[in-house]
Amino acid sequence: MWDILVNSFTSILIPGLTATIPLTVISFAIALVIATATALVQFAGVPLLKQLARFYIWVVRGTPLLVQLYVVFYGLPDLGVLLDPFPAAVIVFSINTGAYAAESIRAALEAVPRGQIEAGYCVGMTYAQVMRRIVLPQAMRTAFPPLSNELIALVKDTSLAANITVLEMLMATQQIISRTYEALPLYLEVALIYLLFSTVLTWLQHVGEKKLAQRGAERG
Amino acid sequence: MSKEFFRLEGVRKAFGGTDAAGMPREEAAAGRATGAGFGSRRKANADAVEVLHGIDLAVNRGDVVAILGPSGSGKTTLLRCANFLERANVGTMVFDGERLDMHRATARQIAQVRRKTAFVFQDYNLFRNRTVLGNVMEGLVTARNMPKGDAREKAVACLERVGMANRLDAYPVQLSGGQQQRVAIARAMATDPKIVFFDEPTSALDPELTSEVLAAMRALADEGMTMVVVTHEMSFARNVADRVVFMEDGRVQVQASAREFFDHPANDRVRAFLRTVEGAG
Repeated sequence: MWDILVNSFTSILIPGLTATIPLTVISFAIALVIATATALVQFAGVPLLKQLARFYIWVVRGTPLLVQLYVVFYGLPDLGVLLDPFPAAVIVFSINTGAYAAESIRAALEAVPRGQIEAGYCVGMTYAQVMRRIVLPQAMRTAFPPLSNELIALVKDTSLAANITVLEMLMATQQIISRTYEALPLYLEVALIYLLFSTVLTWLQHVGEKKLAQRGAERG
Repeated sequence: MSKEFFRLEGVRKAFGGTDAAGMPREEAAAGRATGAGFGSRRKANADAVEVLHGIDLAVNRGDVVAILGPSGSGKTTLLRCANFLERANVGTMVFDGERLDMHRATARQIAQVRRKTAFVFQDYNLFRNRTVLGNVMEGLVTARNMPKGDAREKAVACLERVGMANRLDAYPVQLSGGQQQRVAIARAMATDPKIVFFDEPTSALDPELTSEVLAAMRALADEGMTMVVVTHEMSFARNVADRVVFMEDGRVQVQASAREFFDHPANDRVRAFLRTVEGAG
């Protein structure tokens, strides 16, 4: 059994490096863009777009991620939209994480004292300039811890992509189990690898927060 | 040409009612884009509370006008309407030869007014993610496209005038309230405003810090800057202001020269007011 664990380690880790990590990184990058835009239209109170943003968050947060994956991968072909597993997963994870991250960013935007916005207007800046140069930089610092949370959650959620045939770590593990019938040790092994990934991210978050705190000693 | 160059006529402002929130849609949008009425967008409800009942205010070039009055008399709201941080429901502004409807002012008109004015807030409102120097440069570089080198030179000069040139690289949180307010004054000066509005600039400060801010303001007045100052500092009003506007219940009750206002109070109400504030101070 020990042999199986050792031999399977690379077989699980490699899909981790080729699927889990790219899936996470790409999805999270897109999610951040979606989230920032979603948070901004709400913060600025843009009519219509604001309602659209609330609707998007309502639907995405209110439905299971697994169901969202099925809808996009198994459901959309009925409408003639055929997606490969990996891009389908990227789309769903981006949209899903985007909804949660949007709320984190919105909260961070709201936390920036409004007086600074007024001060920006009074020195002649436009709304866009105030947002870009004053409000967003401060908000992104506040949003760092909750966004780190969402990133770590996303790493683990990518395991759901196994259900739409993305060959990531869980799928690789299941393939090995179907050959070896060693369910418990192998599931524990893949769990441990996820834990390893999350630990690295937790550590990165810690380093990042320390860096921000150092600058915060100057900036508060 | 008359010396008078800034005038408000018949300014009315109500909060909370359909009138305040019920601006035409496109105007509400313009207000958002420019920040007019920021913080005043409240849900419409039946009973609007009018806090300014038709204010007239005339300011001559080079004048220091102190607006005095008890809390809740509408002083701050008037000042915020003058810079479109609140949108007046009715009112006319004559500024630098141009006349505009304060209720219907377009985003462009508002931007023009702001270009020629500056505002100093009670709680400073420095940009927390910018250094002292960055705070003063921001309006020059971002809003006026001034080359960075020129902006820096100008910002340093303004900071020297308020005695803050030795803290160029400090962030706001590293400064005392008095220092932050002096930086805010430098930030206001940097854009060469024709008129500066001060909204209770020392109310958040203890007496020691108050005096350093008042000294900076006094230096500014001595340079001939036109200033409108909402304040509770009677000594500043008495010694620095040319004219005093006394407000109560959303109306201007008394306008007088500073000397006359303090030495020959116009009525019992002013006398009572002076007794309380000067007694307390």
